[in-house]
Order: sequence, then C-alpha cells, then structure tokens
Amino acid sequence: MSIATGVNVAYLFAAVCFILALKGLTSPKTARYGNAIGAFGMVVAVAMTFVNRSVSNVALIVVAIAAGVVIGVPVARLVKMTAMPQMVAAFNGVGGGAAALVDISDFTKHAHSGVAIWIQVAVVLGVIIGCISFSGSIIAFLKLQEVMTGTPITYKGQQAVNGLIGLGILGLGGTVLSTTSSPVLAIMAGIALLFGIAFVLPIGGADMPVVISLLNSFTGLAVAASGFVLHNVLLIVAGTLVGASGTLLTRMMSKAMGRSLANVLFGAFGKVQESGAGASGSGEDRPVRSGSAEDIGTMLAYAQKVVIVPGYGLAVAQAQHTVKELADVLQAKGVEVDYAIHPVAGRMPGHMNVLLAEADVPYEQLKEMDEINSDFPSTDVALVVGANDVVNPAARDMVGSPIYGMPILDVDRAQQVVFLKRSMRPGFAGIDNELFYDPKVTLLFGDAKDSLAKLVSAVKAS
Amino acid sequence: MTGGVLGLVTVFVLSIFIGFEVISKVPSILHTPLMSGTNAVHGIILVGSIIILSGAHNTTQQVLGTAAVFLATLNVVGGFVVTDRMLEMFKSKKKS
Repeated sequence: MSIATGVNVAYLFAAVCFILALKGLTSPKTARYGNAIGAFGMVVAVAMTFVNRSVSNVALIVVAIAAGVVIGVPVARLVKMTAMPQMVAAFNGVGGGAAALVDISDFTKHAHSGVAIWIQVAVVLGVIIGCISFSGSIIAFLKLQEVMTGTPITYKGQQAVNGLIGLGILGLGGTVLSTTSSPVLAIMAGIALLFGIAFVLPIGGADMPVVISLLNSFTGLAVAASGFVLHNVLLIVAGTLVGASGTLLTRMMSKAMGRSLANVLFGAFGKVQESGAGASGSGEDRPVRSGSAEDIGTMLAYAQKVVIVPGYGLAVAQAQHTVKELADVLQAKGVEVDYAIHPVAGRMPGHMNVLLAEADVPYEQLKEMDEINSDFPSTDVALVVGANDVVNPAARDMVGSPIYGMPILDVDRAQQVVFLKRSMRPGFAGIDNELFYDPKVTLLFGDAKDSLAKLVSAVKAS
Repeated sequence: MTGGVLGLVTVFVLSIFIGFEVISKVPSILHTPLMSGTNAVHGIILVGSIIILSGAHNTTQQVLGTAAVFLATLNVVGGFVVTDRMLEMFKSKKKS
C-alpha cells in the first residue's frame, strides 16, 4: 500500500467518524460519544495531512495551530452557557473565513497556469459563500452579544440595495471566470463580505437561530467547494454533510415558527408588526393584574400540577438554577412540575434545554410542545418565565398578526397563568400579548432571577 | 480530467443524501448541540488550510494560509469543546 493510499484510507476513516458523530448527536444517550468520535476523526485527518507531502512552512503551520488552540480552548471553556448561541455563530464564521482564504490562496497559486474551469467555478462559489458566512456570522454574533441592537435594521429600498449587491457579486464572479484575475477575485470577496452584513442586518434577534443554522450550512458548502478546489474527498464529504444537515435543521426551525425561510430572511419582521399590530394597540392604558410573590407562591404551593414555560428572559437573568430550585421546592410539596419547551424559545433551538440541563433539570421533565399542549387544560398554574411570543394566542387566533400561524404553547388553556416579566415591553416580535389582560393571568414584574428567588421563599413559607 | 470531477461530484451528491438521512430524526432538545457539532465538523477545513499553507510559495500565500490555519483551528477547537460542554450537561442524574 502506497503512502498516498494510506492517507486516503485514513480520510475515509475520518469521513465515517463524522457520519457516526452526526448520527450519535441525534440521541441524548449517544450524543457525547458521537462528539468524541467526531473529534477523534478530526485528529486523525489532521495528523495524516502531514504525511505524504513535502510539507514546507511547518513553523508557520505549527504556530498558527498553536495560536488557534491557545485562544480557542479558553474561550470555548469559559464562555457562559447563556452565550452559547453567539459562540456557535463565531466559530461558524471563522470556518467560513478559512474556507474562503483557502480558495483565494489556491487561486493565486494557479491562476496563471491555466486552471480547469470547474475548479475556477468552485473557487468563485467557495469564496462567495465563505465570505457571506464569515461576515454574516459576525453580525449575528454582535447582535446576540448585544454589542449592536438586536432589532431589525431596515431602511428604504433595502431589498433593492441587497439585490444590487447580489448582482454585483455574480457579475464579478463571471469576470473572475473569464479573466482569472486575482484582484477581481479579491474585490468579489470584499463585496461578498458586504453582502453577508447587509443580509443579516434586517433580521431580528428572534430569528437569529434560523440565520445561524443557515450560515452553518453555508460554511459546510464553502468547505465542500474547497474540497473540489483541492481535489480532497474528505473536505467534500464533511462539508456536504454539514451543508445538508444544516439546511434540514434550518427548515425544521422555520417550520417551528410557522414561517417560510424566505419570510424569515426577507420578511423584515420589524416592519410588518408596525402596521399589523395596530389593531390591538400598544395596550399601555389597559389594566393588567399584577400580584405579589407571596400570593403567587401560595397559588403554586397548593397546585396539583405546575408547568414552567421558560423563555429568553430566563437566559438573560441566568435564572436556570433558581427555577430548578423552585421546581424542587414545589416537588417536595407534592406538586407535579414539568417544563414546556417551545422549539424556538430562547435564541436557538434547544437553548432552553441546554440551560436547564446546566441546572441539572432531568430531561425527562422537559416536555416538547406537541407533548405538553394537551396537558394545559389539566394544569393548575402555567408559570411563564421570560417568554412571550411563544405563548401569544394571537399566533393561533388572530389572522393578520405577524406571528399568525406560529405554533404556540397553549398556556391560555391552563387554569391560572403567571407571567414573570421585566416590564410590559413586548417580546422580540414586538407584538402585544392579549393574554396579559385575561382575568386569569397574574403578572409579577422584576428580574426573572429575583422573582423566582422570592417565589422560592414564598412557597417555602406557605 | 472529467473522470476525476465526476468522481468528486458523485461523492458530493451521495453526501447530500447521507447528510439528510442521518439527522432526519433529532429531538429538539438536541438541536443546539447538533448545530454546534456540525459546526465542529466543518472545521475539517483545517486539513485544507494546512495543505494550502504547506504548499505556499510567496508571502501573500503564506499570509493567507497562516490566517486560514488559525481560523480553521479556532473552528475545530471551539466547535468540539463547546459541543462537549453542552453535552456534558445532558448527563442526567435520573431522579427515579
């Protein structure tokens, strides 16, 4: 067996590892194992890359890898669980950037020696997709990190401007193919970076999960394109796996929101609501019932069944441990406690599960939407912690509401509903929630963590 | 060499189907780890980055390649570590 064959066998082995990794990640029992297999495959693949080629620039390679490890590991280790979504966005973006750089570098190497047209096409596509993924992920990161506003940034004629940028990229791509000019490729990369920014700006914080998932699949495809450029089967397999699975995940998520992907990306959610929610008004003057922690604590302590509905407010307040404490106290009093997890609660699918798992909530208690919705009529108290849009009945009942059609948790069917809220400010979608004015609803204002802590002592006291 | 291209395209198309097939049933509690896990897998661009840098002939290519290796390493390391941290928390201490 020649060395080249040996390397290819190792690459095949790594590809199988990646498939097994994804397979493992689809079940809680095997997920961690799956991730370890993926990491092992990665180590094997990287190690084999040093075999069978006259590797020059070894010092540079080692220094660059060392720098990546020295910076990457602490960042990934120390980041708070609440900041995970933006970390995924950031690590995704750098992958897209790397793919684009690989393609550009290869192009400058071979541009003058007559490259096959299909390789040039792969370079152009890889650079475009990789750059969009890079800059788009950075904007997603900045929005979630709240360095910049999470609300959609829109202006007049935005669609037209974005369309023009897109056309410009295609035009430049065509020019690259016909001239094999490296400067034109660089300009095209710059415009593609601009497009990534322009494309994510009008998308609001609530839709970021969908965008990150889409950008994740973009990076996968950019990596696959690099695989074509380098004639490397492993890059094609791994990149395409991610591209395909990311696309599927993106579709699952937009479906959970009851919207098409096109609507998420181009709907400029922010604009629709201003005109659409006019009928219900901002509701400033309408009476809501706010209760004391003591009253609500008593209500919870004497309930048979309580369903906790966590939302982004829980993540913001870092209240996952306190909510677990409340559930423990209630269970000690014989109350049945479940958590209702909306697929898009928080800012990533599964965001709530991750947070609650951090607080050691057994995942048997985490109920998915379809499973828990039939339980609400027999639920005494639905305790909504920092969620809003995902329980807004307007999505079910009010045709014309911007979120109409999105599946929701039917908390309004529970006997009593308690909202822990920071203020009357509407959720991400910016729509008023009729439910606040329902007589069976009690609101407790304040930071979710403080409110929960007060409830814990109130339940203990009652 | 069209034969070579066709081989790569075949791999590409089959990988699409495997990608769809392998994750078609995922409980929503694993969506975030899955996204993070796939994120780590496309860190395989590190292999491409090393290949490119190891064959770099001039300063431009060295700069581009070094940046690529650095970014790709971040992708790999960050991807797997973050995913592992998420999954670590799923070790449920079953109450019953």
